[in-house]
Amino acid sequence: MIKALLARIKQGYRTMEFPAPELKLPHRGLGVPRLKSRHLEKAAAACPYGGISAGENPGLDLGRCVFCGACAKAAPEAVEFTREYKLCASDRGSLVVTGGEYRRAETLGAELRGLFGRSFRLRQVSAGGCNACEADCNVLATPAWDLGRFGVQFVASPRHADGLLITGPVTRNMELALRKTYDALPSPKVVIASGACAISGGPYAGHEECVGIPADIPVDMYIPGCPPHPLSILDALLRLIGRID
Amino acid sequence: MKIEHQAAFSLGASDLEPGLFFETAASRLAAGGRAVSYFAVPEAGAWRLVMAVAFDREGRLEAYSTRAEGPFRALTPAFPQLHLFEREIYEQSGLKPEGHPWLKPVRFNTAGAVPGVADYFAVHGSQVHEVAVGPVHAGVIEPGHFRFQCHGEKVFHLEIMLGYQHRGLEKRFIGGPGARCLRYAETLAGDTSAGHAWAYCGAVEALAGVNVPPRAQALRGLLLELERLANHTGDLGALAGDVAYLPTSSFCGRLRGDLLNMTALVCGNRFGRNMFKPGGVSFDLDPALIKELKLRLEAAYRDVQNAVSLLWETASVRDRFEGTGVVPKEAAEGLGLVGPAARASGVGLDTRRNFPSEPYQGFTLGVSGSGDVYSRAYVRWLEIQKSAELVTGWLDALPEGPSETECGALKPESAAVSLVEGWRGQICHVALTDASGVFRHYKITDPSFHNWQGLALALRNGEISDFPLCNKSFNLSYCGRDL
Repeated sequence: MIKALLARIKQGYRTMEFPAPELKLPHRGLGVPRLKSRHLEKAAAACPYGGISAGENPGLDLGRCVFCGACAKAAPEAVEFTREYKLCASDRGSLVVTGGEYRRAETLGAELRGLFGRSFRLRQVSAGGCNACEADCNVLATPAWDLGRFGVQFVASPRHADGLLITGPVTRNMELALRKTYDALPSPKVVIASGACAISGGPYAGHEECVGIPADIPVDMYIPGCPPHPLSILDALLRLIGRID
Repeated sequence: MKIEHQAAFSLGASDLEPGLFFETAASRLAAGGRAVSYFAVPEAGAWRLVMAVAFDREGRLEAYSTRAEGPFRALTPAFPQLHLFEREIYEQSGLKPEGHPWLKPVRFNTAGAVPGVADYFAVHGSQVHEVAVGPVHAGVIEPGHFRFQCHGEKVFHLEIMLGYQHRGLEKRFIGGPGARCLRYAETLAGDTSAGHAWAYCGAVEALAGVNVPPRAQALRGLLLELERLANHTGDLGALAGDVAYLPTSSFCGRLRGDLLNMTALVCGNRFGRNMFKPGGVSFDLDPALIKELKLRLEAAYRDVQNAVSLLWETASVRDRFEGTGVVPKEAAEGLGLVGPAARASGVGLDTRRNFPSEPYQGFTLGVSGSGDVYSRAYVRWLEIQKSAELVTGWLDALPEGPSETECGALKPESAAVSLVEGWRGQICHVALTDASGVFRHYKITDPSFHNWQGLALALRNGEISDFPLCNKSFNLSYCGRDL
């Protein structure tokens, strides 16, 4: 027992401050991209996922982006990735980065914020991903991140949940289980699509084995990344319930 | 036919007449061989069965193949290690292994298959009950379906039915190497990005006949060992959590993140993505970064040692770990288990030792164990120590020179077997090229493919409440198995 107490003293208090102004992705990390040019032909040709459109309305679709950096390598004069982790968006269209400011997600309306703002329970469903998105959700429950201090928690039963956090491209084999889980959540409920897979199929876009989130399950929040950094996920969750600006 | 690890060979030369193929396979497996891959590849209106067998102690690899048009002789009754390979062949090609005792779906990806709907093994009796769990589990984890046949708390049998994570990866390599292949490899099992990316690069480089610079190999080793450190540390914490010992659980949860962040320092991504590429690596280290990594590793290792030592000294933890979920050595060998799970049952198998390639020359690792949860936990701790030593060594003396080289066209009509010791065990990629030098077939075997049956066995005659603990002691990949 005494050894456990001594270890506790040695290991110290490790919970990080969040949000904090100096928080950024690691030096070589890829966050919100910035377009430096309207000529994206070279960058578009380098993207294996069709995430960049050139021509009249040039843009980079963060929903398709797996953050491999191939575009910035091929066309450094056109695309640059910053270390900004605030990647979440409220609607699919906002995920497309154009020349202007990136439109980060909105907070829920006053009514839902009143319900979820101080106590938000999430049921996570892994629907065909690679387990990296799940791993970086799990990390939020460790003492370093301490998700619980914000009143947010992942729960076992959909009956206890206010929202559904979906990861993975939704394989054919998980489609029914996902729908049943969604149906089991009491209303009102919110849906979060976390990671490139859940948003667009990610690395598996176009596979017949993957069907995506069914159209009749409305998504309230998108978190790009492959996988999204825990900073991006935490930012998105707290932004959604209005705990941070 | 003897072949070399990570070197191209001619598939044609491995051809045997069908009768001889099965005789040879049976005699080589009986002589102590372990099938690292066994699959069917389409060939001129029929199929070709290809088997790669490893003799781990001698570091010897062999390959045999034969043409197959219809049902073939199942070797599973004599060699249970082939059970899932043969089921997979049946599901993918329709060639029926005659005499297979357990011919059930693997990934539910054929026409009309409904995930999880299969003919389950059932125990009957007035007081026997069945517990079904999944595909959606209680935690933030991947989906799978588990059925326990129980009498009270006692588990007679556990049947594990997976396939929910199937996203059709193997066939997407065909026609490659293409621009998306590397990310496929990195996301075969996301927590094993470095392991699978290396196996993929190794296969491509073997077929291209490229020698990767020593500095690149050391940097790859660095990422692979950091991956092992992070996962083993996280799992020891999770094991502590499963027996309600919260100090180690909390400490290791944080420390796993510190180790992942070291990987992110190297390549920007916590899982090591964007680091590997055929011919070398995409990111190099400068002296400042090396210094930073050394400082971080030293601090993290010190804290891991402190956190993990509590496990071995706490009676309540030992009591739950010891004697729980035993997999005897004979069973581990019979099922072809790999990685820490095998080593914890006393099987001396580690790719880094048996098939050493740069930067693992001279690698040694002790194995011993009684096959229980305690052994599977303790083996992780032994490996943490070894990995920290390796990483420190590479950071102290990183070979000079370039970190990448040009990787040209692949040799046509060839094949290569690429083995890497991922943190869960041996990863095997087999790549075949056609006459024009593109992938004609690509076969992936994640360590979990072998080891899920080990978990089922660990539960036999155990208590159902021991399931989470046993499960975590293996911590297998669903997506790596489902592909």
